[in-house]
Amino acid sequence: MSGLEDLYREIILDHYRNPRNQGELEVPPAVMAEGFNPLCGDEIKVHIQVDDGVIVDIKFDGQGCSISQSSASMMTTAITGKTLEEVEGIIYSFKQLMSIHEKSLEGGSETVGSSTTGLGDLQALQGVVKFPVRIKCATLGWNTLEQCFEELDEN
Amino acid sequence: MSFDVSDIKKDFPLLSCEEHNDSLIYLDSAATSQKPQKVIDVVSSYYEEINANVHRGAYHLAEKATTAMEDAREKISDFIKSERSEEIIFTKNATESINLVAKSWGAANLGEGDVVLLSSLEHHANIVPWHQLAESQGIEVRWIPLTESGLLDLTDLDRLLEGVKLVAVSGASNVLGTVPPVRTLADAAHAVGALCLVDASQYVPHRPTDVEELGCDFLAFTGHKMCGPTGIGVLWGRSDLLEQMPPFLGGGEMILDVTQEGFTANTIPWKFEAGTPPISEIVGLGAAVDYLESVGMNNVLEHERTLTTYALNTLKDRFGDELIIHGPHDVSVRGGVLSMAYQDIHPHDVSQVLDDHGVCVRAGHHCAKPLMKLLGVGSTVRASLYLYNDESDVDALADALEATGKFFSR
Repeated sequence: MSGLEDLYREIILDHYRNPRNQGELEVPPAVMAEGFNPLCGDEIKVHIQVDDGVIVDIKFDGQGCSISQSSASMMTTAITGKTLEEVEGIIYSFKQLMSIHEKSLEGGSETVGSSTTGLGDLQALQGVVKFPVRIKCATLGWNTLEQCFEELDEN
Repeated sequence: MSFDVSDIKKDFPLLSCEEHNDSLIYLDSAATSQKPQKVIDVVSSYYEEINANVHRGAYHLAEKATTAMEDAREKISDFIKSERSEEIIFTKNATESINLVAKSWGAANLGEGDVVLLSSLEHHANIVPWHQLAESQGIEVRWIPLTESGLLDLTDLDRLLEGVKLVAVSGASNVLGTVPPVRTLADAAHAVGALCLVDASQYVPHRPTDVEELGCDFLAFTGHKMCGPTGIGVLWGRSDLLEQMPPFLGGGEMILDVTQEGFTANTIPWKFEAGTPPISEIVGLGAAVDYLESVGMNNVLEHERTLTTYALNTLKDRFGDELIIHGPHDVSVRGGVLSMAYQDIHPHDVSQVLDDHGVCVRAGHHCAKPLMKLLGVGSTVRASLYLYNDESDVDALADALEATGKFFSR
């Protein structure tokens, strides 16, 4: 069961059972985006409140598996209080974490580099890449966050 | 039991291949069935011995290919008790079959305010084409509600049928297993001058099919769920209707004549088969029909009923209230599709642990989101049974579910 243990780390199950920052924010002033995983029907809503280029509040809500929900929960704790620029960096690192492992699984020599070391708890999600179908679960909240940024740009 | 399942299993190479170390428990036949060696052999020997384009060349090989394809049409026609083989239209899958009816018959015959009545069990394939007609021609899509146990609630059928031009229903639900009373619905449709279409994707593979007995006007099904290849579907339609319908796709094969000014459509079935058809897939589906006939569809039905009863009882005995099986539990009105909710573990997570135990099930909304909404869930874990499954597969499912519960309660 080593693959499974790797996928379902304790911290992931903890965020799944006790999601942080669950809920909604008032729009406006907050912006909201909705994400869907058409494969499994998971749905997520992400609300962010940005003041002076800093994410001062974030909430997520929805239904989904342990991977999508815990990833969204960990995302909220990782980006609260960060500038938009810092968040872009975290998103980039997280997506690197997902794709670098994909490459190393395919026989490449790349390993997790320094670009992903600042992810903290999020590193626990690296087991996901051994289960390619679940990468979409792990990135659902993140893609929805990026949609929030597009909303911000439009406003 | 009506046949020896261990013999049947041996007919399916994937179920006994060494790569899986005999440990593969395949319970996802509602998504696609496995293929018997005979079908695989017929498809490869078609390419090794017969391959040529059909209805074109005058040479011997082309004639052989045409005969192989048209023989398959005859077999498939007989399999569903169609009186005329030209009522068998080859498509890509059941989705395309239903789209053909919507885009050809629907576009020509339906307008503002006309109603298409669907059941609340439908797969997106039998929903979206009608939503599209609602957008393009202003038709109304109306729904037959469900009872608590997942059967069609026909109490208000008379009122529901007002203004209806087509009743389009699933022959067997891909989520709840429910087998609606198609004959009753077809008769009720005809009584108000409407037609009846049956999405038989989960019906034809699992029970004897007789289009006259069903009383419908159109029947859509797909090859890959009935031991045949992917990429081949069937639309059966009453010839008088098919003859009046405009062509669906335009191109080669579907014409009698083309000039710079216009075209004359071919006769049925070719009128609806534009372009080079999926010949090897058609021939493969013919072989699948031969295979299922050799087992006997009554035997398949009886076997699945016995096994579904065993599964319902086993899962109830072992898990009690911790496991909910959606839909009716009376095997006389349901097939072998078991949609489940287990504890409060998300279906995606359940199926992940089941996979770790070699058990293949589907987790998701099963392309039936309106039904999921009625059930009040986002997704379910679905195990579906077929002729090659046996009690040991059900036991393996139950063991793996138990392990799943333990894994997530650690």
